Amino acid sequence: MPEQLQFHYDVDGGNFTSAGQASVQVKNNLSQLGLDPAVIRRVSIAMYEGEINMVIHADGGSADILVEDGCITIILADKGPGIADVEQAMQDGFSTAPDNIRSLGFGAGMGLPNMKRYTDYMKIDSVVGEGTTITMKVNF
Amino acid sequence: MTITELQQLLDAELLTGGDTNTRILSACGSDMMSDVLAYVKNRAVLLTGLVNPQVIRTAHMMDMVAIVFVRNKKPTADMIALAEQSNMIILSTPKRMYEACGVLYVNGLKGDGELNA
Ligand SMILES: Nc1ncnc2c1ncn2[C@@H]1O[C@H](COP(=O)(O)OP(=O)(O)O)[C@@H](O)[C@H]1O
Ligand SMILES: [Mg+2]
Repeated sequence: MPEQLQFHYDVDGGNFTSAGQASVQVKNNLSQLGLDPAVIRRVSIAMYEGEINMVIHADGGSADILVEDGCITIILADKGPGIADVEQAMQDGFSTAPDNIRSLGFGAGMGLPNMKRYTDYMKIDSVVGEGTTITMKVNF
Repeated sequence: MTITELQQLLDAELLTGGDTNTRILSACGSDMMSDVLAYVKNRAVLLTGLVNPQVIRTAHMMDMVAIVFVRNKKPTADMIALAEQSNMIILSTPKRMYEACGVLYVNGLKGDGELNA
């Protein structure tokens, strides 16, 4: 494996049908590198929840994945509405998602807690009216 | 349990290619994708009444083996193409969620086989 690898994706906010595509590509790229499937799964699930959040809550954004020896970093950045109370948003079951999102299978308020559980490190930088950047790390 | 056995138990229709001798060790029944994403299971099948591309992507993220759509729901051609790209086997059963899960459970497919993330 090369010393360092980077992937960048733009996540389209206007299209729920394509939501999750970037995570699928990251999963496929990481699989080709021959990394441990359990590590790839943790990265993919965390990124997928974050990608879906950018589509449903922030009208899209960008995803950057950095693969280094021993650590994968995922940075999800958007210029959405921001999160007013991060501690509240992190609680199991807290969601501001509208009913139409729930009928699509999301909006159970489990996304951020899932992201936290599957990663070794997670930081949320959010400014109301400016946007949200979530940094996650998975060690292997 | 193999895909073939599951297909017979559920009177299900197979909608993709794939190896029907593939073994399933656990199962998850839900229409909420974040619930599905919360617990990793080993060689699992997803039973769901939700039909959209995120169902396929969710199962792919979880390294699941197959998806069964209940109540005769049928995925679109795009969803089937998406599933085949990730070697996911798709079936559709006329049974409702409760009955489909119950039939698989009493025939030995338990919900566990959970791994730590
Ligand atoms: N990228 C984001 N931009 C703005 N708000 C967000 C973002 N991600 C999460 N949130 C807020 O945090 C809440 C909880 O997120 P999450 O746990 O993923 O649950 P859900 O997406 O099911 O609502 C969301 O309902 C939303 O209010
Ligand atoms: Mg979410």
